[in-house]
Amino acid sequence: MSDEIKIDKTMDLKGLPCPQPVIKVNKGIKEIGVGQILEAITTDPGALSDFPAWARTSGNEILETEQKDGLIRFIIKRVK
Amino acid sequence: MSQVITQKGEEQKKETLTVNDLAKQLEELRRQVENIKPGAEDKISIIVFSGDLDKVLSSFIIATGAVAMGMEAVMFFTFWGTPVLRDPKKKAGGKDLMGKMFGFMLPKGRNAIKLSKMNMAGMGTAMMKSLMKKKNVASLDEMLEMAAELGVKIYVCEMSMSLMGFKREELIDYPNLEYVGVATFLEQAKNSKVQLFI
Repeated sequence: MSDEIKIDKTMDLKGLPCPQPVIKVNKGIKEIGVGQILEAITTDPGALSDFPAWARTSGNEILETEQKDGLIRFIIKRVK
Repeated sequence: MSQVITQKGEEQKKETLTVNDLAKQLEELRRQVENIKPGAEDKISIIVFSGDLDKVLSSFIIATGAVAMGMEAVMFFTFWGTPVLRDPKKKAGGKDLMGKMFGFMLPKGRNAIKLSKMNMAGMGTAMMKSLMKKKNVASLDEMLEMAAELGVKIYVCEMSMSLMGFKREELIDYPNLEYVGVATFLEQAKNSKVQLFI
């Protein structure tokens, strides 16, 4: 993970299974401005495929995906 | 010599015909293009026919997920799906004998429905519910709340309502819940990119 990225909002989605992480992140990203960065931390392994699918569909960009100790951390940029 | 000329003449005739045909086809195509309506919308239409806990839950997961994916979601509750929308706290009078029987025999709302498999006289369903709680899987109560918040549209089949003798006043409070017929569903389904029957 790079320290240069400035995170504007963090969402703790630990312990939430499908479909809640995607629903919450879709809501959360609308609470930041275009170009701002959202950090989402989840324990749902399905998110590894679901978040990129959501990003492609909603037109947002996943800058980083990091897996560590059963946690998955996404750095998402709001594009539109 | 004269034979060659005739051949040439025939060829020319053929060519003229082809150009005419092309013009005709072009005209036909132009008419069709003008009649083209806007394509399918980014929408999902789900028929919730089943009144089984697992299937209703799946329907809600797909509908709420669809909204998160930027789609519009419409759910049509029909047949065994209809009693899922009953509110156990509400009562409706003025039912005939058959209506009363259906009312008595069919589940009183979303928390009274059972698994389609492994129900085991209610034990399986109870186990599944406690497992869902343990694993943080949203219950039907939470799902319905989420769906309302996300603007998932719920349509109820009017024919099922009257067939089973249900009254509107015994159904849940849900924003913009509507009572419709098959034409409304088909209109929505026709304009949806995804249609499911569950």
